[in-house]
Amino acid sequence: MKDHLSSRLAALLLVAAFTGSIFALHQVDRVRGQQATLEELLYIPSGKTLKRLSLGYSGLLADIYWTRAVQYFGQKHHEEALRYDLLYPLLDITTDLDPHLIVAYEFGSVFLSQKPPEGAGQPDKAVALVEKGIRANPDYWRLYFTLGYIHYFDRKDYKAAEQAFEKGSEHPQALSWMKVMAATMAQHAGEPATAMEIWKRLYETAQDGMIRENALQHMAALRVDQDIPELERRIASYRQLAGHLPSSWYELIRAGIVPGVPQDPTGTPYKLMPDGTVQVENPDVLPFITEGLPPGWKKTKHR
Amino acid sequence: MISRLSAISFNTFREAVRDRVLYNLILFALLLVASAPLFGEISIGLEKIILVNVGLSAISLFGIIIAIFIGIGLVSKEIEKKTLYTILSRPVRRWEFIAGKYLGLLMTLVVNAAFMTLGFYLALIVISRGLGKDDAVLLVGIYFIILEFFIVTAITLLFSSFSTPIFAAIFAFALFVIGTFAEDLRNFAALSTGLTKWLATVAVYLVPNFASLNVISQVAHAQPVSGQLILFNTLYALLYSAAATAGAVLIFERRNLK
Repeated sequence: MKDHLSSRLAALLLVAAFTGSIFALHQVDRVRGQQATLEELLYIPSGKTLKRLSLGYSGLLADIYWTRAVQYFGQKHHEEALRYDLLYPLLDITTDLDPHLIVAYEFGSVFLSQKPPEGAGQPDKAVALVEKGIRANPDYWRLYFTLGYIHYFDRKDYKAAEQAFEKGSEHPQALSWMKVMAATMAQHAGEPATAMEIWKRLYETAQDGMIRENALQHMAALRVDQDIPELERRIASYRQLAGHLPSSWYELIRAGIVPGVPQDPTGTPYKLMPDGTVQVENPDVLPFITEGLPPGWKKTKHR
Repeated sequence: MISRLSAISFNTFREAVRDRVLYNLILFALLLVASAPLFGEISIGLEKIILVNVGLSAISLFGIIIAIFIGIGLVSKEIEKKTLYTILSRPVRRWEFIAGKYLGLLMTLVVNAAFMTLGFYLALIVISRGLGKDDAVLLVGIYFIILEFFIVTAITLLFSSFSTPIFAAIFAFALFVIGTFAEDLRNFAALSTGLTKWLATVAVYLVPNFASLNVISQVAHAQPVSGQLILFNTLYALLYSAAATAGAVLIFERRNLK
C-alpha cells in the first residue's frame, strides 16, 4: 500500500517538476535572449583554434557552425535586418573547420553579397569567401561562376567578372557556356541581356530549389524592368498621336500600339495609370523589380 | 525519514571519498588548474582569461566525469554486493534509498568543487597578485557548474536505475553532450515547421539545457550575470533534477530485486 503511495507521489512529482522545468526554461530563454548562442561564439573567433579544440571532429563542428550561420541568416532575413555582423565570422569559422564544405561558399557568398535586407550587403567579404573556397577546392569550377556572379551583380566590376568566368572556363570539367559567358562579359557587360543570361545559367545549373526560385524571380524582375520603360515609351507616342493619354489598354490596342493587354511574368495585367505611367499589380510577388513600383511602396514583411 | 536519508547520504559520501578513482580525478583537476598560469605564458595578455577558461572547464568536466562514473555504480554496486537487501530489509523505503544516494553524491561533488575552487582561486591570486571586484562573478560561473552537477547526477541515477553501469554511463554522457547543444536544438525548433517543429520542441524540453548553465566564457571576460538568470537557472536545475530523480524512484519502485 505504502509502495503504491510513494510510486504515485513520485509520478506526481515527476509531472509537476517537469512542467515547472519547462516554465523555468522559458524564463531562462527570456532572460538570455534569442541570440545568446550566436553571440557567444565570438568568444572564440578563430576557426583554426576551434579546429584544434575539436579533437578531430572538425567536420561535425563545421556542420554545426554552418547550421548556425543558416539560422542566423534566416532570423536576420526574417527580421529584415540591415546588419548581419556575425554572418561573415560564422562562415569563416565554418570554412576553416571544413574547407571542403562547398555549400558554405556557394550559399554563404550569396547571403553575404546581396543588398540588405535580402542579404548582408558585404560583396567584398563574399568575394573573399569564394576566393578562399577556390584556393581550398581548385577542382570545383562552379565557384568561379559564383565569383563572376558576385563581381557582376553586387560589385559591378565587369572586368573582374570577365576574369572569373575566363578562369573558370579553363578548367577541363567546366561547361562550354563559361567561355561564352566570359566573351559576353567582355563585349556586353551591363546590358540586361547579359544579366538575363547569367540568371538563366544559374537556374539551369543550380540544384537547390531556393537558388532556382531566386534566379526565376530575378529573371522575372529583369523582364518587368525592360517591359515598363518600353510600355511607357509607347504610351508617350500614343499621346503625341492622339493628343491625350489613353484611359485603358484597349485604346492602345485599337491604335495598334500594343498587340494585347500587356502582362507581367506572373500573368497579371500591368496597371495603366491616369498619368501615363505603368505599374505592376502586386509588387510583393516580384521582389527584385526596380520599375513599375507604386510611389512610396514598401515591401510587405516576410511571412 | 530525515535520519534515514542523512544516513544513506553520508554513507554514499564516505564511500565516494574513499574511492581511488575520485582522488585521481581530483589530483588531475588540481594539476590542470595549477598549470593554467603556464598556458598563459604562451599567449601574451591572456593569462587570466586562459586560467579562468581552463580552471572552470576543468572543474565542470571533472565534476561531470565523477558524477557519471560514481553515479552509475550507486544502485548496481549495492545490488552486486547484495548490500541493498540488507538496507531494504530495514525500515528504509526505496525512494529514501534513491534520494539518499542522490544527495550523497551531490554532497561529494559540492565538496570536490569547493576544493577545486580553492585551488583555482589560489592560482588566480598567484597570477593576478591579488583578487579584484570582478573576480566575484567567477563564483556565479562555479555556482552554475554545481547546478550542472544537480542535473547530471539525477540523470545518471535515472539511467542506472534500469540499465547496466556501462550503458548508464553512455546514456548519461550522451545526454550531457546533447544538452550542451540545447540552444542549437531550440534554434532549429524555432525555424522548422510542421511535425519536425513539434518533435524538435518536445526534444528541447526533454533534453537538459546545459547551454544556459555554461557562462564560463562570459565570466572569463568579467561580464556580469543577471540576478534573474541566476534565479531561473536555479529553479530550472532544481525542477529538472527533481523530475529525473522522481523518474528514477518510479522505476526503482517497480523493479523486481529478487
